[in-house]
Amino acid sequence: MLIYTLKRLGLAILVTVSVSFVSFMLIRVSGDPAIALAGEGASQEEIEFVRVQYGFDRPLIVQYIEWAGRALQGDLGEFPYLNQPVAGMLKERMGVTMTLGISALTFAMVLSIPLGVLAAIRPNTCIDRVALAISVMGQAMPSFWFGLIMIIFFGVHLRWLPISGSDTWKHFLMPTVALGYYATPAIMRLVRSGMLEVLASDHIRTSRAKGLRWPKILFKHALRNAIIPVVAVAAVQLGFMLGGSIVIESVFALNGLGNLAWVSISRSDLPVVQAIVLMLATIYVFLTFVSDLINAFFDPRIRNM
Amino acid sequence: MTTLLEVQELNVDLHLPAGTLHAVRDVSFNVQKGETLSLVGESGCGKSMTALAVMDLLPRGATRSAAVLKFGDQDLMSADENAMATIRGSGMAMIFQEPMTSLDPCYTVGNQLVEAIKEHQSVTLKEAKERAVFLLEKVGITGSSARLKQYPHQLSGGLRQRVMIAMGLMCGPSLIIADEPTTALDVTIQTQILALLKSIQKEFNMGLILITHDLGVVARMADRVAVMYCGQIVETGDIREIFENPLHPYTKGLMEYIPIPGKTKPGQELGSIPGIVPTPIGDLWGCSFRNRCNLSEPRCADKDMPLTEIWPGRAYRCVTAFNKVEPLTEEELICPKMY
Amino acid sequence: MTQATSNNKFDSGLGLDVVFPTPGQIMRRRMMSHKGFIVGGIMVLLIFLMAVFAPVIAPHDPFHQDLSLRMIPPVWNEKGTWNYPLGTDNLGRDYLSRLVYGCRISLLIGFSCMMIAAVIGAMLGLTAGYFGGKLDMIVSFIITVRLALPAVLVAIAVVALIGGSMKIVILVLGCLIWDRFAVILRATTKQIRAIDYVQAAQAAGCSVLRVIVMEIMPNLFNSLVIVATLEIGRAILLEEALSFLGMGVQPPTPSWGLMISEGKDMMLFNPYLVTIPGAALFILVLGMNLFGDGLRDVTSPEGRS
Repeated sequence: MLIYTLKRLGLAILVTVSVSFVSFMLIRVSGDPAIALAGEGASQEEIEFVRVQYGFDRPLIVQYIEWAGRALQGDLGEFPYLNQPVAGMLKERMGVTMTLGISALTFAMVLSIPLGVLAAIRPNTCIDRVALAISVMGQAMPSFWFGLIMIIFFGVHLRWLPISGSDTWKHFLMPTVALGYYATPAIMRLVRSGMLEVLASDHIRTSRAKGLRWPKILFKHALRNAIIPVVAVAAVQLGFMLGGSIVIESVFALNGLGNLAWVSISRSDLPVVQAIVLMLATIYVFLTFVSDLINAFFDPRIRNM
Repeated sequence: MTTLLEVQELNVDLHLPAGTLHAVRDVSFNVQKGETLSLVGESGCGKSMTALAVMDLLPRGATRSAAVLKFGDQDLMSADENAMATIRGSGMAMIFQEPMTSLDPCYTVGNQLVEAIKEHQSVTLKEAKERAVFLLEKVGITGSSARLKQYPHQLSGGLRQRVMIAMGLMCGPSLIIADEPTTALDVTIQTQILALLKSIQKEFNMGLILITHDLGVVARMADRVAVMYCGQIVETGDIREIFENPLHPYTKGLMEYIPIPGKTKPGQELGSIPGIVPTPIGDLWGCSFRNRCNLSEPRCADKDMPLTEIWPGRAYRCVTAFNKVEPLTEEELICPKMY
Repeated sequence: MTQATSNNKFDSGLGLDVVFPTPGQIMRRRMMSHKGFIVGGIMVLLIFLMAVFAPVIAPHDPFHQDLSLRMIPPVWNEKGTWNYPLGTDNLGRDYLSRLVYGCRISLLIGFSCMMIAAVIGAMLGLTAGYFGGKLDMIVSFIITVRLALPAVLVAIAVVALIGGSMKIVILVLGCLIWDRFAVILRATTKQIRAIDYVQAAQAAGCSVLRVIVMEIMPNLFNSLVIVATLEIGRAILLEEALSFLGMGVQPPTPSWGLMISEGKDMMLFNPYLVTIPGAALFILVLGMNLFGDGLRDVTSPEGRS
């Protein structure tokens, strides 16, 4: 188990480093930070001055290593306009985004796991078709449009829920649904197919031959086996949700990381964008690492790998 | 001798797009306490389906019907899922062919053994574990208390099958159905497992239904034999009769063409039964073996091909083979006829 | 009774004359009875026709502004008119025409992105699946890194820095969404490669290229098409999200995402500005997904997962 953990950890670190490198290169290559810093209407000399001053004229590799070195020490640069350290601001915004992400995932799991199990127990019946319909529609629905429709309906017509801001739990209700429903089809299908496969397996037949009754077979044996891939998918979906929150936060005016990224992009605040990408990637890698460990807990066969 | 299981006119149908597959047709047999009945036949002849039908573990899309299906005094056809769950494991137990996949990989061996008995009897965890250890030792597994904490993937195929046998015995059932219990194992292990089954059966005086395609296994284990072909029983009898005096042309073909230690002469040429096994789909009549039989006549295609009983326990389903049969005499038993 | 007749009578009743349907017949039967496949197929066809015949269907020029005709509601509203069946936006442009032309944009971008992603993903997946070993490890690592990158964020950042145009959006998105292609094609290639007749071909000395082209590609084609239909939907949704945030195609191009974004500020009293293009987007992606799912069910229902 220890070796497995260490292997996974090593991989996680390697991936994080690679992602930071790729995103650094992509962003530097796409835009010129010197122009962004110098501001609009700056002359050629001013731009050149900024370039030398901040070291943008050095080879990219050197710039990356320097940036990475500082990032490891917790220094993610400063906001050019506010002279505030980026790291602090990120920590503030993290709370909102993480809350949104986790509640969205919870919503998705609470909806999809029971549906998937029911659909598997009674395949090709009413409940199966309903589950499939929800799944197909969920995958086709644009999240930003869904959010807007909910605002129109629940916020304006019915006046049940607030339509922007992030103060109370009510503010998070619609964004949670708008962000979380997209993961529902993936998880539900996985649960359904996993359960169908497990229920047809030999060891379930053995359990029935032993005289176990259905509730026990379902919850002790079937679900336990079927849930193994769901853990990995759930972690990945959470990572996607955190990355995709930029759209939802924009629609619902939430002060999260996505919103900060959006603002920074429009102001060409490259260090901030880089920092946010690094942060999101680190969270994603951490989540997959944790899900690997949880997998090993659920499936004894993995522990010795 | 008490009749543990009585089966009469059991039918199992599978509903396929191409038609209705009659996997089991008019199968009748019974099993007494302490005896081993072997269901023999090639793959696809319906022997596994018969066992699953008795336990009500048929796959989705399969239906069963029977004139009589009784376990002791209990009617199994009218038993609901709850009643069947009570019988399974405690009255009747089943051992399957694939030990590699028959155990849940997520729980320890001990957990699964204990679960088998706790479902049916109110015992404490300690008592259940003690019984598990006792049975593991009975099936020849050493270091049983340590084994309880192991996971299935840590055990070899032979060990897993032994665990399966122990699990079947946890509640002390009176009938065990073993569906090809040694087919997936190495030959050396096969012998051990079979000997184990035999000794346990004798010790606990259980009935055993042994399903196999291997006549060698039958020769070692069975008291009585029912030969199945294409979903039907074509011959029944006690083991001596079946091996020394087969009546149905299919059984005779099997005896002739499969080498049996002690019976087949060295250098004897092995043949094979010509033709292919038909798939019993749609409307069927007459003898299913007639397209491969060298004794077939036009009347073999008649609507009815009933099982002819010669004396209780000895029957065969043929109209052209010997019509007049007597039981083997003492001399004939000692000096078997050479064919 | 002649010999021939008695022979016929003799051989029937054994089940020997059962006719099993051919795989082609089975597939055709499934296709005709699979509702999702048919409905999805029809939807896709209609939308495709709408895009192709846009100049014929659209009653007005989608770019033509007439400020005297702004904010006319759709025809089912009391102030609506059949002249502008779906109303006009705040610049007086006919919504129906913009919708129809927007369809072209969506399909074009979705298809192009998908093609780029398919090429990249297929190359990576094939290489990894066929050669295995170190190459497989490297490709798997690349896929993991790509998955850890918050794609939406990076796409927005790059487009914002380089500048938004259709070509840039297509290129950036195409280079970011190849992951599913790579994953699935890698798995399928591995599966196929392990099949006996492929190994036989290799043992007989066929060159790598020949094995790939003659044995593996035909079997891969099936998976490829199914993934492609589902990925078009994903690409379209992503692109519209980008357009909604202003980082996709630029105005005055009639993109549905842009239309929603432009209408968002006035949606409280004129919800049609938002609901109509969103509904169109939903229907398009729904149709593609139904068709893709149906295709997968029809060709291999046991893989309904």
